[in-house]
Amino acid sequence: MIDQLQFWAVFLCLAFGLFFTFVSTVGVLRLPDVYSRAHTASQTDTLGAGLSLAAVALALGWESTTIYTVLLLFFVFLTNPTAAHAIARSAAESGITPLTAEDELESETVDDGASAPGDTAVNAGEEGGDHA
Amino acid sequence: MSPPLSPAALPTPENLALTELFVPAAALFVVLAIMLFYRAVAGPTTQDRLLAVNVLGTNTVVILALLSVGLDEPWFLDVALVYALLNFLMAIAISKFTVERGGVL
Repeated sequence: MIDQLQFWAVFLCLAFGLFFTFVSTVGVLRLPDVYSRAHTASQTDTLGAGLSLAAVALALGWESTTIYTVLLLFFVFLTNPTAAHAIARSAAESGITPLTAEDELESETVDDGASAPGDTAVNAGEEGGDHA
Repeated sequence: MSPPLSPAALPTPENLALTELFVPAAALFVVLAIMLFYRAVAGPTTQDRLLAVNVLGTNTVVILALLSVGLDEPWFLDVALVYALLNFLMAIAISKFTVERGGVL
């Protein structure tokens, strides 16, 4: 009974840890900005690593090595968001501007203009009207 | 494993399945770490590369912890602890170095 419970707890922790680390990897690869990547690296990766280390601690049971694992878990929980915060702050202080909704809209209109030539004419007309 | 199967030894297959769960999980974590190399190589800014290497280091710590159970080597946990400390120190030091170059670092 207890063994079954331990097995399924370890299995669930490992599965969720793998899932959250996969989400973090996809976020680091696909998100458009340093800051959004720092966001996913600080939150999702911490959760994935914490769940995987909890699976290790549950599988070890009551041993002296479990203390190492729990210590490692708390250390990762403390330092991983701190490191991501430091990286995001160094990005802010070295002059990288965050991607905002206006940039998103601009890039969308530029993409539309690249795909459809009629759209660029409309945009140019609007800009001309703005200047006049 | 053992031919005389006593009732007290019944949870042993369960334990074997438990430790055999960890090496495939570590293999999947290695695949995710290899995927993270793309951002570490092709990141447009220094901070992108630093962030990717930091996430990769956390992945390495998790892989070491999983392998310490899966291969039954308890001293891998010491290596994982030292690696986590060095990973944090690396992230802080390089992010400080990119802001004020030529100071302490």
